[in-house]
Amino acid sequence: MTDKDITRLSYDVVVIGAGGAGLRAAIEARLAGKKTAIISKSLFGKAHTVMAEGGAAAAMGNANSNDNWMVHYKDTIRGGKFLNHYRMAELHAKEAPERIWELETYGALFDRTKDGKISQRNFGGHEYPRLAHVGDRTGLELIRTLQQKIVSLQQEDFAESGDYEARLAVFAETTITELMLTDGKVAGAFGYRREDGQFLLFEAPAVVLATGGVGKSFKVTSNSWEYTGDGHALAMRAGANLVNMEFLQFHPTGMVWPPSVKGILVTESVRGDGGVLRNSEGRRFMFDYIPEVFKAQYATTEEEGDRWYTDPDNNKRPPELLPRDEVARAINSEVKAGRGSPHGGVFLDVSTRMKPEVIIKRLPSMHHQFKELADVDITKEPMEVGPTCHYVMGGVEVDPDSTQSAVPGLFAAGEVAGGMHGSNRLGGNSLSDLLVFGKRAGEYAALYVDQTAERPAVAQSDVDAAMAKALTPLVEDAEGGENPYTVQHELQQVMNDLVGIIRRADELEEALVKIAEFKKRLASVRVGGGRKYNPGWHLAIDLHNMVVVSEAIAKAALERTESRGGHTRDDHGKMDPNWRKINLICSVQGDGVSLRRQPVPTMPIELLGLFDRSELAKYLTEDELAAFDESTKDGEKE
Amino acid sequence: MTTRHFRVWRGDDQGGALTDYDVEVNEGEVVLDIVHRLQATQAPDLAVRWNCKAGKCGSCSAEINGKPGLLCMTRMNTFGPDETVTVTPVRTFPVMRDLVTDVSFNYEKAREIPAFAPPADLKPGEYRMQQVDVERSQEFRKCIECFLCQNTCHVIRDHEENKAAFAGPRFFIRAAELDMHPLDARDDRKEFAQEEQGLGFCNITKCCTEVCPEHIKITDNAIIPMKERVVDRKYDPLTWLGRKIFRRDQLESQK
Ligand SMILES: Cc1cc2nc3c(=O)[nH]c(=O)nc-3n(C[C@H](O)[C@H](O)[C@H](O)COP(=O)(O)OP(=O)(O)OC[C@H]3O[C@@H](n4cnc5c(N)ncnc54)[C@H](O)[C@@H]3O)c2cc1C
Ligand code: SF4
Ligand code: SF4
Ligand code: FES
Repeated sequence: MTDKDITRLSYDVVVIGAGGAGLRAAIEARLAGKKTAIISKSLFGKAHTVMAEGGAAAAMGNANSNDNWMVHYKDTIRGGKFLNHYRMAELHAKEAPERIWELETYGALFDRTKDGKISQRNFGGHEYPRLAHVGDRTGLELIRTLQQKIVSLQQEDFAESGDYEARLAVFAETTITELMLTDGKVAGAFGYRREDGQFLLFEAPAVVLATGGVGKSFKVTSNSWEYTGDGHALAMRAGANLVNMEFLQFHPTGMVWPPSVKGILVTESVRGDGGVLRNSEGRRFMFDYIPEVFKAQYATTEEEGDRWYTDPDNNKRPPELLPRDEVARAINSEVKAGRGSPHGGVFLDVSTRMKPEVIIKRLPSMHHQFKELADVDITKEPMEVGPTCHYVMGGVEVDPDSTQSAVPGLFAAGEVAGGMHGSNRLGGNSLSDLLVFGKRAGEYAALYVDQTAERPAVAQSDVDAAMAKALTPLVEDAEGGENPYTVQHELQQVMNDLVGIIRRADELEEALVKIAEFKKRLASVRVGGGRKYNPGWHLAIDLHNMVVVSEAIAKAALERTESRGGHTRDDHGKMDPNWRKINLICSVQGDGVSLRRQPVPTMPIELLGLFDRSELAKYLTEDELAAFDESTKDGEKE
Repeated sequence: MTTRHFRVWRGDDQGGALTDYDVEVNEGEVVLDIVHRLQATQAPDLAVRWNCKAGKCGSCSAEINGKPGLLCMTRMNTFGPDETVTVTPVRTFPVMRDLVTDVSFNYEKAREIPAFAPPADLKPGEYRMQQVDVERSQEFRKCIECFLCQNTCHVIRDHEENKAAFAGPRFFIRAAELDMHPLDARDDRKEFAQEEQGLGFCNITKCCTEVCPEHIKITDNAIIPMKERVVDRKYDPLTWLGRKIFRRDQLESQK
């Protein structure tokens, strides 16, 4: 193989990412008759989705028949502090049940209710038990089910043509480093195979980004090596926009000890099923942190909170189940006030709340995880937990119905897409988001291919440039160059310390100075070792994406001078209704990120009218409220 | 913090050797942490697979002091204070590089098992199943596809020649899972396992069960019942009554 060797492949739809969103998109594109490729950095079935624990939110009403899409919609918008794209939240709430039921036809086996339906569990911010689940390994069930559906489609193709991959092929351990454009439209994707470093060019008129999130740029995170923000960066470099990048979800409960597992997730189901948070004084401190906007929905005494688990219709839920941003900030404050646990977290306890058998049955993988990794038996003693960088609400700005970005032929779904979750995502709303918008992405990408008369050709000069860029860090002797791991560790530290859960203008400015230095240092990153399965080389390439995405996050975080959801400013502690009307949009200009403000799409009155006026008053400006009153008056006249 | 001696197999499909490293180890760490530290400080190109670091994704399978296991779930305090830790790739699959092997065998076998066959008379949303009935299959669906059972099974561990005819324990539990699925419309899962997947090669040594990080009772709950039932069915004149009836009373008798 020479440097310039390249394998050229031609597809109708190329899906980058093999998590829930990517697999669902690929299924839909293939069902629409399109020749589809699925590409992933890891092996098939290992994407992040596999790690999801708690469940997938869908208003099926199996556990409480009062549930419906409107209640789910309201919970989602409340959770996102009214910054969500209303149309995405609407589609999501309406379509999630169908997407879950469909999984059963692919062979999924969810936990059941007594009458044989899919069981649903409680989760933070959801008014009713709503999460379809399988113990605490729901993500595994979801990804395996989709994987097996893909196999079944391949079997159909095999029966017909003798070739499993005739219309649906999986390229595992293959990383896309650049999108190819022609006349501003998608023409394909360029990347390398990890196994041998072979370059690949996928020529295709439609590309679906389903690459997941960005958390690997932070030191304490629940995210894996894959989460380097590739899709976010690819989209920006192709000319698409990112929206809401300042909003990052710090999950309140990550492991804090031992150091090597710091950040690994402790599922929210622990609280949904009855676990409580206590500080070093033994106090259930969440009762001290119920914010004004949520006062009406949460219990104010431990007794009421405890009653809710058995009688939810007549009691309010305990504040341990507030949306994640609230719980994460509360834990942060307790630790800062000196009331933390020995290893700098707080206590999360199920041992005094449930019988050991029940804990093992409902939270098997948490029991296993703490036993094996921390020598803690959660049936006997409390866990120590603290916030961990978990999910990015921001992402590629898309048209809600079609998931298409500003670049024709470029679609995005799943965590890489923005808008759906506003400033804060509710637990369980991601897995359902993957299915709803994954399906739409596949469907509309296929439609786009049908409407594209001529397949755009990829320019050789673009391929050459992508190849040269990928090869730059790889040398015979890395002596004197920057070590990619060192740069990564330093970036993670900077993002954690300066762009973390609580932010300040001076720190964000400092972060941007540091990020500018990282950008320069990237040019001198060098690795030896050749092209065969070389993680150092792979990281050197990923670092470019991590840095540009970090810049977008820091810039947007500096610009937004209020606190809302997954963006907390120490120096602007309040939520400001005027900021609710503004989305921050990031795009690439030259070798930097440029930022602009854009109005948030206005929620139509039918949807706005689902909320009580008193609740809207907490989020909207005076002018917006006046307009709302005006339009409801009209409604009454009719 | 202490310094420990590690030996890691480095090489590729052309050959390789154990390489010695002295490396820092801290309290609470797992073997994967040490491999990552080697990457960051001494061997940037050391190839290893991982994703979740919590025993959930099944990426980091390897052999540690000759014992197949997950690198992310093997605590350093399980070794003696001066014990050298030797890390090698899983043996049953061809090496790509260092600790990374070519596991495509497993994906090919997965493709050969007929997929779940949805019942023709039920629309999405109409599926009704009891928890007790799904639990048997759910046990097998806990599989994280680490392929450690495949790696350990002696039928293929040192017998390349058996690979074509033998799907391996991971895919026996897939067959069992579908067989026990309350709504799967096919009724030939056991026969398929016997005739196409090479169930007959298995002589119930239970090595697969012992190595499974998810503690799935591969032999007791999947392989043995399937073997028994294949035998049963081959001689059972009532088989023609249909699988659903047959299955129900089997279910009853197991409760
Ligand atoms: C520990 C944990 C628990 C969670 N629990 C829940 C839960 O209970 N409920 C819930 O709703 N959500 C949960 N989430 C969030 C949810 O799991 C994720 O947001 C979701 O799985 C993301 O899915 P995705 O399809 O967008 O991407 P992923 O599943 O992350 O897949 C991304 C894919 O893109 C590929 N990729 C990335 N970059 C490239 C590239 N350059 N080239 C080629 N391929 C690329 C990756 O290899 C991967 O296959 C959890 C997350 C974590 C980390
Ligand atoms: S019990 Fe059967 S499948 Fe399992 S290791 Fe032994 S021979 Fe292999
Ligand atoms: S059955 Fe167990 S050992 Fe085998 S692949 Fe699955 S999880 Fe791994
Ligand atoms: S890294 Fe996921 S199982 Fe070890």
